Amino acid sequence: MAEVVDVRGLSCPEPVIRTKEALEAMRSDEVVVLIDREAAKENVLRLARSFGCAVEVVEEDGDFKLTITKKDERK
Amino acid sequence: MWKEKLPPMVITAGIVLGAVSAVLVKLGNPPNMGFCMACFERDIAGAVGLHRAAVVQYLRPEILGIILGAAIWAFFGKEAVARSGSSPAVRFILGMFVMVGALVFLGCPTRMVLRLGGGDGNALFGLAGFTIGIGIGTIFLRKGSSLGRSCREKFSGSSLIMPLLAIGGVILLFAKPSFIFFSEKGPGSMHAPILVSLGAGILAGVLGQRSRLCFVGGIRDMILFRSPYLLSGMVGTLVGVFVLNIIFGFFHMGFARQPVAHSNQLWNVLSMLLVGLGSVMLGGCPFRQLVLSAQGNGDSIVTVMGMIAGAAFSHNFTAAASPAGVTSAGKIAVILGLMVCLVVGLKTREGLKRAV
Repeated sequence: MAEVVDVRGLSCPEPVIRTKEALEAMRSDEVVVLIDREAAKENVLRLARSFGCAVEVVEEDGDFKLTITKKDERK
Repeated sequence: MWKEKLPPMVITAGIVLGAVSAVLVKLGNPPNMGFCMACFERDIAGAVGLHRAAVVQYLRPEILGIILGAAIWAFFGKEAVARSGSSPAVRFILGMFVMVGALVFLGCPTRMVLRLGGGDGNALFGLAGFTIGIGIGTIFLRKGSSLGRSCREKFSGSSLIMPLLAIGGVILLFAKPSFIFFSEKGPGSMHAPILVSLGAGILAGVLGQRSRLCFVGGIRDMILFRSPYLLSGMVGTLVGVFVLNIIFGFFHMGFARQPVAHSNQLWNVLSMLLVGLGSVMLGGCPFRQLVLSAQGNGDSIVTVMGMIAGAAFSHNFTAAASPAGVTSAGKIAVILGLMVCLVVGLKTREGLKRAV
């Protein structure tokens, strides 16, 4: 069951702050982040990689869906 | 510390911005003022008659160029999207007060770095205040303070507002109609050739849009995440302008008689504290706001408009400082701004658990 973090429409650096909070708590094995702008996507990608996580990026209707999983838990 | 490579793009953008600043000064801009979003937006406010301080009226091509460069790059990168809705009226007011703070310090965060690179010791006090203000801002951010979400605007053409205004500005700059003011004395009369300034601005806009360079994000992210990513760009600007200043003979270390600066250190600290805090709440420094406005971010457009209005009010109400010092109106305005920031920051806190 993935945790969904919706940061669409939020100003810098809220997307990173909220994603970081979810990654640190890691309440489930997957964190899905919904993003609507390129710059925020880049920042969250960097954050996820710095946590050593794997990230999958899907573009949907102009928005981005990032699925972040801890590398050692990837099936 | 985040384990990440330092970003070549951000560092390059910073260095180029710093170096080009020194070149602009060499070609006629006021000293330590190759770029200053606050001073230049104030000059534009004067040029269109929003204030009548005769020594600071000029349709600064650097600002027009930054908007055009950022807009062009955003369009090519498919990032030009009209969106807004995140407490726009509050952003207008915060923009006004960020400008108030910058005009009391006599520089936006970018100019603060340029002044440091010129040897202006007064800017160290500004940097101290700036850092404290950012620190307070990060405390609010950690408590979940936010101006709320924006969404895509119905009329996608809004993303053309700033570039069209900039084109209009360029036309007025060349046409010189009687209702546009051009300073004949003082800092407003000191400028590099129009095409050089415009070109420099366009380059800065492209680099700003491409690299996301932000002079408040650097210290902010260092405090929040121990990430040096954006800070490397700010340091790049410092290095770029410092090296060229040495080459051109513009580097003069000291506190007294620094160009377009004053030594009222208490108010250098407090005014930049306001700029730092306000900019963190707005989500970017004045340079970043200008770049964001050019890609259609309506909240940033409103912020820039607020900054221009703030400049007009500052000069009309004698709140702006000068090399002679800080005025009473300026001190009151800075205190007012700090109070507004504190109220907004405190009232928009929420637990992060609820935000997710």
